[in-house]
Amino acid sequence: MSQHTFTVNGKRVTVDADDKVRLLWVLRDLLGITGPKYGCGINVCKACTSHINGKAFNPCSVPVSAIGPDDEITTIEGLADPETGALHPMQEAWLDRDVAQCGYCQPGQIMAAIAKVRQARAEGRDISDADFDEIRNICRCGTYSRIREAVKTAAANM
Amino acid sequence: MVGRRRFLGYLLAAPTLAVAAEITGSAPAAAAIPSPPQPADLFDLTDAVIAAQLPTANLITIQLGADGTASFALPRAEVGQGITTTAAMLIAEEMDLPLGKISVTLADARPELVFNQLTGSSTSVRTLWQPVRTAAAIARARLLATAARQWSVDSGSLAVHDGVITSPTGRTATYGSLAVAAASQTTEQVAAEPKAAGSFRIIGKPTTRIDALEAVTGRKQFTMDLQVPDAKPTMVCRPPTINGTVRAVRNLAEVKAMPGVTDVVTVSSGVAVRAETFGQCIDAVRALKVDWGPGTVGGESDASVERKLRAAALPLAVPPVLTQSIDAEFVFAFASNSALETNCAIADVRADRAEIWSGLKSPIVAQEQIATMLGLPIPAVKVHVVTGGGSFGRKLFGDAALEAAEISKKIGKPVKLMWHRADDARHGRTHPMCLSRVRVNHALGNVVSYEQRHTSVTTDFGHGLGEILTAVAAKLPVGDIGFSQTVFMLSTSMPYNFGATTQLLNEVPLKFHTASMRNVYSPNVVCARELIVDQLAARMGQDPLTFRRGFLKDDRLRAVLDKVAEVGDWGRAMPAGMAQGIALHHEYKSVSAVLMEIDCRPETVNRKVRNGVAGPRITKAVAVVDAGLPINPKGLEAQTIGCVNDGIALALTSSLHIDKGLPLEASWDNYFYTRQWNTPPEMEVVVMPATTGEPGGAGELAVASSFAAAACAYGRAVGRMPTRFPINHETLGFEPKPTVPPVPESPVDGLAYTF
Repeated sequence: MSQHTFTVNGKRVTVDADDKVRLLWVLRDLLGITGPKYGCGINVCKACTSHINGKAFNPCSVPVSAIGPDDEITTIEGLADPETGALHPMQEAWLDRDVAQCGYCQPGQIMAAIAKVRQARAEGRDISDADFDEIRNICRCGTYSRIREAVKTAAANM
Repeated sequence: MVGRRRFLGYLLAAPTLAVAAEITGSAPAAAAIPSPPQPADLFDLTDAVIAAQLPTANLITIQLGADGTASFALPRAEVGQGITTTAAMLIAEEMDLPLGKISVTLADARPELVFNQLTGSSTSVRTLWQPVRTAAAIARARLLATAARQWSVDSGSLAVHDGVITSPTGRTATYGSLAVAAASQTTEQVAAEPKAAGSFRIIGKPTTRIDALEAVTGRKQFTMDLQVPDAKPTMVCRPPTINGTVRAVRNLAEVKAMPGVTDVVTVSSGVAVRAETFGQCIDAVRALKVDWGPGTVGGESDASVERKLRAAALPLAVPPVLTQSIDAEFVFAFASNSALETNCAIADVRADRAEIWSGLKSPIVAQEQIATMLGLPIPAVKVHVVTGGGSFGRKLFGDAALEAAEISKKIGKPVKLMWHRADDARHGRTHPMCLSRVRVNHALGNVVSYEQRHTSVTTDFGHGLGEILTAVAAKLPVGDIGFSQTVFMLSTSMPYNFGATTQLLNEVPLKFHTASMRNVYSPNVVCARELIVDQLAARMGQDPLTFRRGFLKDDRLRAVLDKVAEVGDWGRAMPAGMAQGIALHHEYKSVSAVLMEIDCRPETVNRKVRNGVAGPRITKAVAVVDAGLPINPKGLEAQTIGCVNDGIALALTSSLHIDKGLPLEASWDNYFYTRQWNTPPEMEVVVMPATTGEPGGAGELAVASSFAAAACAYGRAVGRMPTRFPINHETLGFEPKPTVPPVPESPVDGLAYTF
């Protein structure tokens, strides 16, 4: 067991955990942050997608020892504006289009979608069908078309 | 006298207003269908389930709190289909309350409900429709009567808007302020008359799910998100063949001493490990060295199962004499009903009681099975139904709840049990392989006979109608055959005038873990039928749309077919290698038609997808659905979008390969359910306006028609009728993961993939 200190959703946390425990379990089992979901544990289904320093990643496949004191982790719980509580435009678009069905994959979908829009923007272009085809997050309810519509709407407001 | 649209219910003795409803009518009458109807046309599967549920449906209750909130503990599972939203809409409509003032929770297992706590076969809306509205109507009438008495006016002179009652002179009272005064001292039977369809203002209006905000903020809680004291993460090390048994654990002490591990015990399904984190459970499961006994299907692989099905196929009876004939055989691979939330449950078993939390569609059966296993009286086992992360048939069985209870009892501590994805794919329930043979005889532009012989590995209906007695009956060899045949007969309909029609099921009892999968037999049966319809059309020199229009029995089907052809621009010119397909289905008092366009050109089929399969792509899908009375068109559209993606997966990409008693698939990058790179970039759903005035089934409505449309489009694009599904099954698109250890290690290179 060793101590790990980093920032989650704007809060500084220190946890005792074995170095190799993957961050997903540190978040869920030790810190009680349950927005990121388990769907495979092997970086395939993407249900746990969260952000590290503003970029999408999958905590199921990152040992807690790889997270440093300067790293900022954002999960779905930390997405809304901490001051006003206002939802992120991606969350608003999700509500507007009623994207979620069972909802299990949706935190990961939203976090991945935000990163995908930012990635396209950084490359100086709008998000396209080719970008959507690269999103690997699985939705077993199959709400893919509403995801595409919501992301396009949100991209205009981000 | 109780009029045609008046229903009886109860005012319940309670501190604040509480009402309950009773059904006095019968199941909705079937639509009249000319020409010889199949059993499913007259009395379908939902009718059978509804008939079983009628005697106890009166136990549905609504309570009004002093804060003006109407609360309803729904005796159904919410697994994404939106039934909580629908129930809230029905109550809001009838009580004239805003949706935000309705609280719908999931009821614990209530054994006194007998059959009336099963979520399945698209019955929920149809069974709740009348009693929920009746109870809500009683509440509204009672509140009006209470205000009228207090104000000494006639209740007919009062108006209600959003839970506020207004008198002609402008006096107002909120429902909340009347909740105590309106309460009944005694339980008494009263009559109520739910609103007529003409005055609906919420029913039929596209409505966002009541749990949408929770879903997008991460606050929506699933079983594994619940914090139950001392219920620590628990996983099971499972055998390398289905139903293999533990002979010995060679390194028990070593694994018990691993970091974070609190307990390691042998149970009926394998070796259970409890630890501080699931990560440490995975490590311990992988470290276990177990001597395994053989499983129940260790000698079976895809080819051996197919041989057994072919040997068991019932003969086709009508010889092709003086007619032309089409004979065809279709094979459908094993498919997984795995949801994204793996099988999971929390169990806290004590000496004299037990408490269980899990997503359960048959909670009474789970409760009774757990009580039997633990040797406890049924009331000592409390079963909480938790919102599920998808079901697709998987949650009909409480496999994880039973396993968690067994482990908790053995360890003597609470456990939070979760299946690994690899286990969920390999040891979870499947829609088994099946084979469908069809023979049609036709002459002089008429179809003289249609015969379909469907042969399947036995589907487990051990959940019965939601209650232990029928569940036990379904487990008896004769009982299960009876149950399967009943489900098959009641769900299989023939929408075309095809002369003498017989559709029969035969089952081969192999000990795989099986269950219903969204829409059970219909996707396979209908896919085969619609492909044959395309063949018949070609034989008769007719366009597939024209042929279908001409032979359809039913105007509702003709209407959705015409609509889908119009919206989908049927018959438009397509490049070589691309084609349209059209198909339809009628079930659960609802109808659907789907048009798809497929791209089978080499540059599309062979496009590169990292760790995924490409293959033909559906580029456009249009689905038209008529659910009789669409209560929430937005929710119905959502269900239809899901059905379309399910149908595409079944037709093209998703299957299990059985190899020596175990599926090779152990990941979502092995079992290729539709992903963004497979889903149609163009998708349109049309919800038809109300037709019958009664809600039909919605959750499975377009799976079969979508599967068939994709298959028909493929056949037309490549110029050859496909007979083995899914199309990609013949090529294994991945390197199978080992079976020992049973679960893969979590990678450590996640930061290399950030974007």
